[in-house]
Order: sequence, then structure tokens, then C-alpha cells
Amino acid sequence: MLHLILFSLFVIICVAGAVNLLLQRHPINSALSLVVVMGSLAVEYLLLGAEFVAAIQVIVYAGAIMVLFVFVIMLLNAGEEEHTQGSRVAWLLGLPGALAITVVIAWALVQSEGSAVALGVTPDAQKAFGNAADISQLLFHQFLLPFEVTSILVLIAIMGAVVLAARPESERREG
Amino acid sequence: MSITLFIIVSVIKIALILFVLLTAVAYTVWLERKVVGHMQNRWGPTRVGPFGLLQPAADGVKFLFKEDLTPPHVYKPLYIAAPMIAVVFAVTSIAVIPFGNWLNVGKISTPFQITDVNIGLLVVLGITSLGVYGVALSGWSSNSKYSLLGGLRASAQMVSYEIALGLSLVGVLMLAGTFSLRGIVDAQAGHFWGFIPNWFIFRGGQIVAFFIYLTAAYAETNRIPFDLPEAETELVAGYHTEYSAMKFAMFFMAEYANMITVACLASLLFLGGWRGPIFGPDWLQQLLPLFWFVLRVFAFLFVYIWVRGTLPRFRYDQLMAFGWKFLLPLAIANLVVTAVVVALT
Repeated sequence: MLHLILFSLFVIICVAGAVNLLLQRHPINSALSLVVVMGSLAVEYLLLGAEFVAAIQVIVYAGAIMVLFVFVIMLLNAGEEEHTQGSRVAWLLGLPGALAITVVIAWALVQSEGSAVALGVTPDAQKAFGNAADISQLLFHQFLLPFEVTSILVLIAIMGAVVLAARPESERREG
Repeated sequence: MSITLFIIVSVIKIALILFVLLTAVAYTVWLERKVVGHMQNRWGPTRVGPFGLLQPAADGVKFLFKEDLTPPHVYKPLYIAAPMIAVVFAVTSIAVIPFGNWLNVGKISTPFQITDVNIGLLVVLGITSLGVYGVALSGWSSNSKYSLLGGLRASAQMVSYEIALGLSLVGVLMLAGTFSLRGIVDAQAGHFWGFIPNWFIFRGGQIVAFFIYLTAAYAETNRIPFDLPEAETELVAGYHTEYSAMKFAMFFMAEYANMITVACLASLLFLGGWRGPIFGPDWLQQLLPLFWFVLRVFAFLFVYIWVRGTLPRFRYDQLMAFGWKFLLPLAIANLVVTAVVVALT
């Protein structure tokens, strides 16, 4: 019972943070709302029994990535943005479209309760689901190749970012 | 143990540990002023109480009664929230740190720890990594160039050194095979070659990891020689330039609480936690581990202050180059060596 209350409470906090993210005018407030979303997601993972994922969620997303977001906002000194009323197309097509997609996703999730079994998230596995040993077992045995390929992909992305951000050699000599 | 008893014991433990932590924070400030004073051929605080021992109390009273200024140009919600964020995250991380074995009073048996979680180390890292928001937001919301520069420096520095810090701990994790801080201490029991204690600092080249941890921890807590976020010669006082009275004191408390957390972690991970000679009657046997643990933490804090009194401040580009080009590769090399050692043994 307490579990359910806590879970619902943090779902509400999470959604409220997400809505606040869109409503806030100042980028730094939006970024902090996103931190709240990340933090409450971590609590949800914890309540589901995936304590390792929860800790990583806090360390990586709330502790590193969002700090970089805040850093960039501070560095660029981004000011308040203007809110427009939104175009008529957005109101006529976008809103019903978004609602429809939400309904479809929710329906798919409710219908496919059996998919939890296919993923190995059966009540048996749930007891140990999401702890460090389980995740490393999956990551370094079953999914080793995709994992390594992804890491190369990330490396390429980092290289690309460095190449794009670095000033060309000619400019550097002048400066 | 019934649930009511459990809650009562937990509340008592939380109150006690908070009290001890905040007192330790106050007296670390006293220790620092005293030790640095003697290193610089001064006396340090002497006026309030014997050896100036009541100085922290006098400082606390002063902070409480000072006028709480809010400059007109600040962004108020975050300006007020920032010191709270800093101090809350600094104090919270003590929750999973074990200080000793089990305490048995009558029928009640409880560990010297608020709670033992099996991802203890990750919890500490996660909570301390959130502490950077306090510094970054105070710098930004103060709306002053010195504060902003301090905040920017702090966030870049803490994110950079967190990587080296985290990697330096992976070697210990591989040797111990658990994230639980209590489990890590248990893995350091006993001796090898008859007399050398089985601490991780002596095993599998972890002495390198210890020095990486030490250096990165100084940077993480914004201490000299890495106190660029508050470099007073260039930035007035850095991120807390616009703060006064209790709000300033909260940043101060956060910094020293973080130092204590870092010292506790170093003792637990590398120096065998609370292991030491245990003797005497039963009550002494229960309390001696606590003493050995506090001794290690104290030694670590003393080194902190010693370094502060000895080394000059880095330049900012030196700080970044050192973190990324020296400390990080060294930590990765240490990781590879430790992995080979673990695989061979």
C-alpha cells in the first residue's frame, strides 16, 4: 500500500516536472524541472526494485548531463524566451494528434502485459531484475556485441563533436 | 525487531549522526584554523574558551544574528534555494556510511549506520554529484560576474574530476565484488604475509587508485590546490560572493560536510574502515571500531588541512589539463592493471 502511494506520488511529481518544463519561460527553470523529472524517474526505478538503474540514473542524468545543460545555459546567458499563441495548425492537428498517440501507446502497453514475460521480467526474474550483477550479465554476455558497437558509435559521435567544435588551424594561429 | 522499535531506533540514530556530523563540521573549521595558524607561525583562534575551543559556537551565534542581506539584483527563488541544495545533499550522503560494527544494547542490535543499502557507494556518488547544483545555481542566480565565473568553474571542474574519482573506485569494487560499503570493509579483513593488513590500499596496485582518489576528491570538494571556484585573488569569493550570514554559513557547512564524507569514503574503501586492534571488556570491544574509524577520518582531514597550508593554487588551464590528460588516463591504466590482477588471482 505504502509502495503504491509512493509510486503514485512520484509519478505525479514526474509529470508535474515535465509540464513545468514546458511552461517555464526561463531555460534554467526548465532545466531544473528536467532534473526533477530525472530524479523522480530514479525513485520510480528504485520502487520497481531496479536499484542499480536508479543510482546510475541519478549519477549520469541528474549529476552529469543536466549539469552540462545548466553549464551551457549559464555560459550562453540565455534569457527569457517569448511565448507565442501557437499556430492554428498546431491547435487543430497537433493536439488531437498528440492525444491519439498517447492513447495508442497506453493501449499497446495495457494490451501487451504478456510482453513482460517475453522480456524476462517475470515475477521470478523481477526479484533480481535491475541489480548490478544481472545487468552486467546481460551487458557483457548476451548483448556484448551490440554494447561494444554502441560504444564505438558514441566514440565516433565524440570525435565528431570535437572536430565540429574545434576552430580550424588557420584561425587558431591568428587568435 | 518490531516496526515501531525499528523506527524509534532509526530516528535516534539519525538525530545522533546529524548532531555528530554538524559538530564535526564546526570543529573541522576550528582544526583548520588552528593547524594552518601554527603552520604559518600564528596561534589561530585562542580567545574564546581554552585553545579557542568555543570559537565554532561563537561563529555560529554570529552567523545567526547577522543581517540576512539579499542583494536587489539576484534571481530570488534560486538564490535562496542554492545554499539549501548545497547543504542538504552534503549532509544526506552520510546516511549510507557505516561507522563501525554492530551495537548490542540489551535485546536491541543495530549497526553503526543509518541504513545499509547494497548500492551504498553509488548512492554516495549520486548524492554528492547532485551537490554541484548548489554551487552552480548560486553562481548563476547571484547575477554577478564573479559569482557566475565561480559557478561555471565549479560545474566544469566537478564534472571533470568526477570521472577520475569514479574510475579510481572501480578497482576497489573489482577486488571487493560488492557496492555495499559494509561489504567492502568486510572484504578487507585479515592480513597477508602475516603482518600487512588486508587493506585495499596495499593490494593489486590500489595505492595508485588511492592517490587518484585523493587528488580528485580535493578537486570535488573545491579545496586548495583546486579551489578555483572561490579563488579569492581573482574572483573575490567566487560563487558565494553575494551571500552573507546563515546562507554563507550553509555553503561553508556543505564544503566541510563534503570533506568529511570524502574522508569517510577513503577510510572505508582504502584503509580498512574500522579495522584495528580490539580488546578489553564487551562495551569497549563494541566502541573501539568506532574509535579506529574516527582516527582514520581525522588523519585524512589533517592531510587535507596540511595540503591547504602547503600548496599554492593551480591555474585553471592547468587544472583542466591535469584532470583530463593525466589523472583520467592514469585511472584507466590502473583499472586495466587491476582487472589483470583480479583475473590472474
